[in-house]
Amino acid sequence: MKRRDFMQLAGLGTGAIMLPTSMWGKEIPVEALMDPGLDVASKKKLADVALNTAKSLGATYADTRIGRYLNQYVFTREDKVQNVVNTESFGMGIRVIAQGTWGFASTNDVSPEGIKKATEQAVAIAKANSKIQKEPVVLAPVDSYGEVSWKTPIRKDFKDVPVSEKVDLLLKANSAAMENGASFVNSALFMVNEQKYFASTEGSYIDQDVHRIWPTFGVTAIDQSKGKFKSRQALSAPMGMGYEYMDGLASEKIAGPGDLQFYRYSYDIVEDAIAAAKQAKEMLTAKSVDPGKYTMVLDPNHLGLTIHESVGHPLELDRVLGYEANYAGTSFATLDKWKSKDFEYGSKLVNIVADKTQPHSLGAVGYDDEGVKTKKWDLIRNGVLVNYEAIRDQVHMLDQKESHGCCYAQSWNDVQFQRMPNVSLEAGKEKCSVNDMIKDVEKGIYIAGRGSYSIDQQRYNFQFGGTVFYEIRDGKIGEMLNDVAYQSNTQEFWNSCTKICDKDDYRMFGSFFDGKGQPSQVSAVSHGCSTTRFDNVNVINTGRNI
Amino acid sequence: MAIFSKEEAKKIMEKALSFSTADSCEINMGGSESGNIRYARNTVSTSGHQSNQTLVVQASFGKKTGTATIDEFTDAALERVVKRAEELAKLSPENPEFMEPLGPQQYADSITYQESTAKITPEYRANVAEKSITPAMKKEVTAAGFLDDSAGFSALMNSKGLFAYNQSTNLDFTVTMRTNDGTGSGWVTRDYNDVNKFDAAEASQIAIEKALMSREAKAIEPGKYTVILEPAASEDLLANLFYSLNARTADEGRSFMSKEGGGTKLGQQIVDERVNIWSDPLNPLVPSSTWNGDGLPVTKTSWIENGVAKNLAYSRYWAEKQGVEPVPFPGNAIMDGGSASLEDMIKDTKKGILVTRFWYIRTVDPQTLLYTGLTRDGTFYIENGRIKHPIKNFRFNESPIIMLNNLETLGQQVRVNGSLIPYMKIRDFTFTSLSDAV
Repeated sequence: MKRRDFMQLAGLGTGAIMLPTSMWGKEIPVEALMDPGLDVASKKKLADVALNTAKSLGATYADTRIGRYLNQYVFTREDKVQNVVNTESFGMGIRVIAQGTWGFASTNDVSPEGIKKATEQAVAIAKANSKIQKEPVVLAPVDSYGEVSWKTPIRKDFKDVPVSEKVDLLLKANSAAMENGASFVNSALFMVNEQKYFASTEGSYIDQDVHRIWPTFGVTAIDQSKGKFKSRQALSAPMGMGYEYMDGLASEKIAGPGDLQFYRYSYDIVEDAIAAAKQAKEMLTAKSVDPGKYTMVLDPNHLGLTIHESVGHPLELDRVLGYEANYAGTSFATLDKWKSKDFEYGSKLVNIVADKTQPHSLGAVGYDDEGVKTKKWDLIRNGVLVNYEAIRDQVHMLDQKESHGCCYAQSWNDVQFQRMPNVSLEAGKEKCSVNDMIKDVEKGIYIAGRGSYSIDQQRYNFQFGGTVFYEIRDGKIGEMLNDVAYQSNTQEFWNSCTKICDKDDYRMFGSFFDGKGQPSQVSAVSHGCSTTRFDNVNVINTGRNI
Repeated sequence: MAIFSKEEAKKIMEKALSFSTADSCEINMGGSESGNIRYARNTVSTSGHQSNQTLVVQASFGKKTGTATIDEFTDAALERVVKRAEELAKLSPENPEFMEPLGPQQYADSITYQESTAKITPEYRANVAEKSITPAMKKEVTAAGFLDDSAGFSALMNSKGLFAYNQSTNLDFTVTMRTNDGTGSGWVTRDYNDVNKFDAAEASQIAIEKALMSREAKAIEPGKYTVILEPAASEDLLANLFYSLNARTADEGRSFMSKEGGGTKLGQQIVDERVNIWSDPLNPLVPSSTWNGDGLPVTKTSWIENGVAKNLAYSRYWAEKQGVEPVPFPGNAIMDGGSASLEDMIKDTKKGILVTRFWYIRTVDPQTLLYTGLTRDGTFYIENGRIKHPIKNFRFNESPIIMLNNLETLGQQVRVNGSLIPYMKIRDFTFTSLSDAV
């Protein structure tokens, strides 16, 4: 029962939040976050040491990433600050192809001597592994971009905002929750800045400055007399934004059905904490769902996770080909289905796109971690499977000439590989609000927010819970429900999609911790959509007595 | 070299402490050398080696604490890291849950380190991959596996005179074997402190046989079934139960161990009376460290005895607040087994399902410890004492508490993921839907 790769943080989730240790670096004082690090000219010189060393040792290709990863995390519970953590991780990863085989090594000694040593190690690993290599690497061509840069378009850098302001905001949200009936509240702010310098023997030198933020909380209400407790998690989403996400702008609020309030690109944590406390209390006496078939009306901050698991993962080409067979699994979306050009993944309304350029998304970058300019492409068009997610050494297997630009490594000391881009469901083209959608539903359930999730290793059978559930009866939102989970099959589910709200309802769900690979690496990814209707879905009751 | 001996570590930590001017100072030091190899599609995909060393200083003035970390151990660097921790402490808010460092403690010598494992070479790892891939190819099966080994140390010293040191080695191996036509899949997991106990060929062979046996699986109706759970299957569910044995959440009323009307279920019978679960860092099959991160000695502790909840883990802060002794969270779990082999258990089953492993287990309801997940890599229908045929995978919704109340038979114990878990026969295990996944 070892959890060597994760650190457990108390109380934030049902269970708890498990943070991968890779998200922790060396602890530093807060002022050190302001240190600009190496300038671009110095990074170019160091990168050239790696590229030239690799070439001199016989590598046919090399790339290098000089990474500086700055994180700030703030944890509170009720009226207490539990921890404020500032971390930095700095080093360099070198990847080469020698004798048709990949080799990778990394070092935190970013001096010419340290870089040479690591490069030699990468080439030696490639040569050693080439003896048992059965599939020599084939790279798709990529443009040489010269010296370029990209930065997440943020308005407020978290590093410029005093820690006391962040602490005060969380404590204010906690106190608002407690005043409105919460028994316990835990809240946290995660802020990430990836400063990445990429260079390759293709002639690209790419400097990127990537920002992400995630405010979250868990509010618990307890009825001690009955020995019952219920939790309501935040309806925020992690974002590829700066601290401006915490502004709580009225213009970014969307009124949901009943009293629900949703947030697009600006989050009001205090308002959400008050709602959470009231809803957690209401859950203690809410009625238990009758199992059966229902029309499901799914809010974007819920459906995003279903998109992630049932579309994002099965279309990762390395899973389809078997590279992930021993861990995450393979995929039902096999190449023959794609080649048939008529595999009906979903109903004709379903258009799903991959997009590494989407503003505010967690996956947005200018260039991926192997120096490919990012783009947007179709995965499912009019319900039919049309493409996968693939990188430079994979696209030849699809007879395609261009990488999709979705290669990523969680840190300088991990090797980059194919990761899920932002995968999103396009909004409906016809005017339709959430209330318009609910109006037509006779017997249904409305779900907002993420909950329990589980899917099989080929991505057929899944089960999802949620944050809050409401009954829909005769076109109207009814009372709150408990013990709801729906089970379906991916293809059956997406083919039961009968309506999608328009672009005014479009919002993003996100995850900081998409896990894949051995040793496991995390990646942050967003999924956008509008509220969507699915007919005839099987709902089970998860209530038990122990 | 990232692994320091007890004397080397002690010297460095004493030097660091000598720079301290804080009310109290605690130093954690650790290092490891680890290597891995990953293969898929019957060929090696990645392999790597990592070396890490770190020293963490926590300085405290009253209830204000600051932490700083460093990975170089020169005198100047040690002085710098201590000063930085002290500066940070002075700037921090008071932590109301701060506990003074512990004084000197007595620890038993741990048995977690084996030189053989520390000496694993890249050639050894490549050979493990070969022992999976070659027999797989002969049977038209595709191997995908991962071997990860490490050797390391951890040490703790504080200004109250406490010093603790531990060295450990570990090896984790998993392999998935899929028939080339994609209709069958098998899997095994192995983990040891001592690499000499590991037989890659034997483990790979089991996964190959399961892959071949699981072809042409038939669908049977979901519902409640008697199951025989292999230890790798139950370990995942039991680990979730084990991690929930936390006193603070139980006292606060937000745990399955919280009682109606307040208080906890400590001392109550919560599962079948044949269930005994304890932890013991000195068990030679599943050794773990004899001290925890707070410096508390970890000793043999009973958690569930004859079905009764005997202990909950208390942090030092929560124990003091509740007026009890702290109970450190352990590094392993040992569940009593019986003498029955898997073959005996199958022979005694009229109608049931044999489960190799569960996959994608997630909490559904923390109130009842309800989990969902799926069977994977070898699920078989048993009828009249024999495995009759492979069946399609199921999704389950089940609580380990309900499961351990529905215990039929305990079989032999096996080491899985650092713990000792028996084969178990359970009645009325709840499968809620079918999956087409192989």
